[in-house]
Amino acid sequence: MFKDKVIELKHQLIQDASLVEEMIAKSIKGLLDGKEEMLLEVMNTEEPKVNDYDRAIDELCVQLIAQYEPVARDLRMVIMMIKMNKDLERMADHAVNISESSLFLITHPVLGHYDDLKLMGENAVRMLKDGINAFVNEDVHLAMSVRERDNVVDDAGDKILKDLTELMRTKKDSIPRCLQLMRIAHNLERIADLSTNIAEEVIYIVEGRDVKHHPNVNP
Amino acid sequence: MKNMIQESFERTRLRREIWNRTMVCILFLCAVCVLFILFDILGHLIVQGISSLNVNFFTRLPRAVGEQGGGMANTIVGTFVLLVLAVCVGVPVGLGSGIYLSEYAHQRFAQTVRFMTDVMNGVPSIVFGIFAYVVCVLPMKTFSAVSGGFALGIMMIPIITRTSEQFMRMVPNQLREAGLALGVPQWRVTVDIVLPSAMGGIMTGIMVALARVAGETAPLLFTAFGNRYFSHSLTEPIAALPLQVFDYAISPFDDWHRQAWAGAIVLITVVFAINLFASFFVARRNKFLSGR
Amino acid sequence: MQIYTPKPSQAPTQPLKKEDSFQDIQIQVKNLNFFYGPRLSLKNICIGIPSRCVVALIGPSGCGKSTLIRTFNRMNDLIPGTRMEGEILVEGANIYTKETDVVALRREVGMVFQKSTPFPKTIYENVAYGLRLIGISDKKVLNLIVEKCLRRAALWDEVKDHLNRSALSLSGGQQQRLCIARALAVEPKIILMDEPCSALDPIATSRIEELIDSLKSEYTIVVVTHNMQQAARVSDKTAFIMQGELVEFNTTSIFFTKPSNKVTEDYITGRFG
Repeated sequence: MFKDKVIELKHQLIQDASLVEEMIAKSIKGLLDGKEEMLLEVMNTEEPKVNDYDRAIDELCVQLIAQYEPVARDLRMVIMMIKMNKDLERMADHAVNISESSLFLITHPVLGHYDDLKLMGENAVRMLKDGINAFVNEDVHLAMSVRERDNVVDDAGDKILKDLTELMRTKKDSIPRCLQLMRIAHNLERIADLSTNIAEEVIYIVEGRDVKHHPNVNP
Repeated sequence: MKNMIQESFERTRLRREIWNRTMVCILFLCAVCVLFILFDILGHLIVQGISSLNVNFFTRLPRAVGEQGGGMANTIVGTFVLLVLAVCVGVPVGLGSGIYLSEYAHQRFAQTVRFMTDVMNGVPSIVFGIFAYVVCVLPMKTFSAVSGGFALGIMMIPIITRTSEQFMRMVPNQLREAGLALGVPQWRVTVDIVLPSAMGGIMTGIMVALARVAGETAPLLFTAFGNRYFSHSLTEPIAALPLQVFDYAISPFDDWHRQAWAGAIVLITVVFAINLFASFFVARRNKFLSGR
Repeated sequence: MQIYTPKPSQAPTQPLKKEDSFQDIQIQVKNLNFFYGPRLSLKNICIGIPSRCVVALIGPSGCGKSTLIRTFNRMNDLIPGTRMEGEILVEGANIYTKETDVVALRREVGMVFQKSTPFPKTIYENVAYGLRLIGISDKKVLNLIVEKCLRRAALWDEVKDHLNRSALSLSGGQQQRLCIARALAVEPKIILMDEPCSALDPIATSRIEELIDSLKSEYTIVVVTHNMQQAARVSDKTAFIMQGELVEFNTTSIFFTKPSNKVTEDYITGRFG
């Protein structure tokens, strides 16, 4: 009954998450390797799939609440899954944005700074992966570590911002490419933020305490 | 206003308390009265009859006036024979009509029969005796155990009918429906489900009826008639405790009077034993049903 | 510890299994009108109950939901002064004909009642009773079936050591499960339950609900309940009956999230009734 449905829901959410993860990784990889078809795949086939998941998971959550009136931990779980679903859908949108910018960039001369982006991308993907792992295993420690790693991505983003500002000042014709690069960096930063949200939601499910907007909460 | 009520309340307190105590005292005395009557009867019986209650009393036949060592063996046996015969007549008919009324009859018919059984219950016992005399003794042209048992049996019918009907009605309808929903034919539902459920109450009813007729004298005067010896056939007159007690009690002899008292003790003991057996039976059944 | 590894992308499983894949209809009610004396208590009911699923009937008390469920095994025949019009087909055969063998019908369509109704017999005999009745008296066979049914009703472990105790010694919830085991013994295809949990505490209730859920793989179950949440929890389809009329019959998940009828919505949100 309720348990089976929750397992099904969790299963859907995990599949959704792995798809989103793949989209982010692909959008960066497409840029680095200059593979247009990868980017198009993210935009045209994978994003609609995530949308399907989004609808399905939302509906399942609503049904669960309507039919089983979950309480306590069960209620936290269902409500947080609604939020995670939303987070994942946003991440997919960000991946699409990155792909769009990447599409622009691979048709223009390479400007550099790809290493920083690669690092950011890898970090963001790992944060998402760990956030979902923390959810699957209800691992509060892992979720806490995801929160802490948000700074790393933020710092990398700041660095790219500074470098690109400098570049734009000296090389006027690079401005369009710089702006696309900045867009990618910004989207990766948002993905990291959303991964942090997922980690915080996991903590709320397991412990029932709200750690959002508190920078220094210990596990 | 409030003060007035309070004052009045205080003023009458003493009077109310006195009244209260007086009434409780009166009620208590009534209860004591009941106990006193019962114990007085028992006391009388024992004081007067205990001296005659010996082995001879249970093993010997009555003897002529003046002869020592007479007993009531034949009357005790006779009473048991009569009770068995009465059960044979009263239980099948009473139980059958109870089942019919509770399980099958239409409301109006059931109500009519119920009213009739109440009337029957109020009919003086001597009338049952006369009835049995007319339908049994006259055609057979002899007083007999059979006619005595018949008279007592028909006296049991209304009590058994009423109690068994009542207890079977108390069986929840859902239990019957559960049986029928299982694909059980109605007669099996009655026999396998309703009757066992009501069995405790029905047995009590039968025992109460038995206890009541065990002490009856009047119906036996015209039917069993009494016998100073063991009877060898159910178509002969038969002795019975109440009859013998009656006979001896109205005689002018002290010795017989004592024997009458002793007979009364035995009679009361029999009735008491029947009641005890009934409550034992019901208790055992309840114990099984509740699983403790 | 379970390590989560992303799988290569795959098509999202279609927005959840559609429950409407119910195959055949096991009970078909056609234009049923039911009268208590002159009073029309069910009005032109048409409903098809699919096999192997749980259908809940809900509605305010006195709406006729119990009356409806009792027409499925002709329990209403026992109430004098009732009359019905229309047809009820169980597995395609009209059960309201002169030739219908009511006893056989009731063996096919078992029933569990609001108050638990153990017979005044031992636990064992309660389950074996229906079997003895159809002539099974081989002790081995009886033992086998009794154990199977008690296990199926999730009661075996609790009673296996005292099968010879009175069934009335069990707790309310156990008694109700015993009644279900008893109904299962004669191998019905359909089980009707008339408010099976209304006399039970929450723990016993949830055990019965789990049992209902596990039974639906083999049986068609129709549950009358005054507890809407229970209907939501246990059923695949829910029918809402009001004043003798079928207001809505819908897949439960849709029924409780997007009912198609305004009256249904008002009822389940507690606006009246």
